[in-house]
Amino acid sequence: MALQVNIRKKFSGFELNVEFETEAGCMGILGASGCGKSMTLKCVAGIETPDQGRIVLNGKVLFDSEKGINLPARERRTGYLFQNYALFPTMTVEENLSIVLPGKKRDKLPLVAEQLRRFQLEGLEKRYPSQLSGGQQQRVALARMLLYKPDIIMLDEPFSALDGFLKDTLQMEMLELIRDYSGDVLMVSHSRDEIYKFCDHMMLLSEGKTILKGCTKDIFRRPERMEAAKLTGCKNISSIEKISDYELYACEWKIKLKTEEKIGDSVRYVGIRGHNLIPVQERSEENVMGIELAGFADTPFQRQYLFQNTDDKTSSKIWWVQDKMDFEEGMHQNIPSFIRFPKEDLLLLL
Amino acid sequence: MLDLMKTIDWSPLFISLKTGILATVLTFFLGIGAARLIMKLNNTAKSIVDGILTLPLVLPPTVAGFFLLLIFSLRRPFGKFLFEEFNIKMVQTWPGCVIAAFVIAFPLMYRNARAAFEQVDVDMIHAGRTLGLSERKIFWKIIVPIAAPGLASGTVLAFARAIGEYGATAMLAGNILGKTRTVSVAIASEVAAGNWDKAGFWVFVIVILSFFIVAVINYISGKNMKHVNRWI
Repeated sequence: MALQVNIRKKFSGFELNVEFETEAGCMGILGASGCGKSMTLKCVAGIETPDQGRIVLNGKVLFDSEKGINLPARERRTGYLFQNYALFPTMTVEENLSIVLPGKKRDKLPLVAEQLRRFQLEGLEKRYPSQLSGGQQQRVALARMLLYKPDIIMLDEPFSALDGFLKDTLQMEMLELIRDYSGDVLMVSHSRDEIYKFCDHMMLLSEGKTILKGCTKDIFRRPERMEAAKLTGCKNISSIEKISDYELYACEWKIKLKTEEKIGDSVRYVGIRGHNLIPVQERSEENVMGIELAGFADTPFQRQYLFQNTDDKTSSKIWWVQDKMDFEEGMHQNIPSFIRFPKEDLLLLL
Repeated sequence: MLDLMKTIDWSPLFISLKTGILATVLTFFLGIGAARLIMKLNNTAKSIVDGILTLPLVLPPTVAGFFLLLIFSLRRPFGKFLFEEFNIKMVQTWPGCVIAAFVIAFPLMYRNARAAFEQVDVDMIHAGRTLGLSERKIFWKIIVPIAAPGLASGTVLAFARAIGEYGATAMLAGNILGKTRTVSVAIASEVAAGNWDKAGFWVFVIVILSFFIVAVINYISGKNMKHVNRWI
């Protein structure tokens, strides 16, 4: 039992064309802003109508353009956590929850109270959404959604409205809360960290198209496609010319590189993650480039360097990322003169 | 002053109040209904229907009075039909006052309601739908409370307009003391008769009344919306 989606929807200058099936557990959709992630969820929820295709949830047909089926959102039983949580502003926390239950107020109150306890919202019953913190609002929205007992839950950028300090704690809490949920979870995000943390399986979306789907860990290890490498955070990508089965010329970096993997004929790019580059003192080994510093940025726990190939100043610059733990203070004045592209870390991309 | 009070026939005040209240109740529900229906139309139909519904606001009330007479005059087919089949007469009667006030006040309610509904975050409606709520429940429990300030100000304006209506009322309902003479019609006829003190009295009454009602409704709606984040 799962969610099967195969839909197309045209917009001016943009076409959404996605096809996927969820595996048990949490499935993530990763993509840049405006790539159609939220639109996909909205089509599943019945908020938007695709032009054609089919959506089936646990055997129940939600949408089928050929058979003319289009269940209204109300009958789909899909839980949707909105980016801004969409709590009803004129209702208290208690009322926000109880409105989703059928029946008399008297019968609903114990269920609402129980749900509020589970989500650690006791004492906030009479508050209005505007009187809650971002994290509390998110818990109310989640509690309300789960009280409705949906067949699937969909999280639309669940942490984008929260500040960084809260985010990590809330992510942990949310992992706990959705663990108790027996149905599938579908989550969209532009943050690779969130997808990596939450989702066992993932799909990459770029300009409305599915470009890759599979097991999250595999995709991060071997992105296979240039767009996928970019989305998973690979900063250095260059187009290539193949020299032999195990050697290529990286056109933008202006360097010949030996590979461990055989270079297939369809390979068009090579990539390497910023933290996989190794500083070396001499040009004795293979895949080594002479470099000078072109730029420098500091984050709390990382240093990001931008290097320029000294052999050819027309080459594009290369990112090198180091954890600060790895070197002493003041080390950044001591920039390596050479950098090595380890064979085993080169990503061959289509 | 006391002598003046003794000579006053209070009926215009009660006729004005009755007319204003009934016309406001009508305009409240029909204005909300029209605003809700029009939001479902496509853009072309929307601008045409919106234009028709807004016309009474921009045209002189006498134009509305003219059309109302065209419709309801006993010499006209519809007016004749109403009178013969249902014994309903609008010309020179109190229902005529209500109809005239309603037609003039309606656009204010309708436009305010529509503006208020259009400002409701569409995610609220989507959230309601994905949570299995019926359209009816979404409308009355979610949209209307969020739109309440706009609806309240529409109601206040509609009431103020209805209670002060003169042109269309005078044309359709006329000026029959104790039947169709409202405060605004009374002011005009007292001035015409040279009774400046009586006219001044009615002016005083209507200023106090209008101010009082507007202030009360503002106070009530402001109290209700405290917890909703809004500009000022």
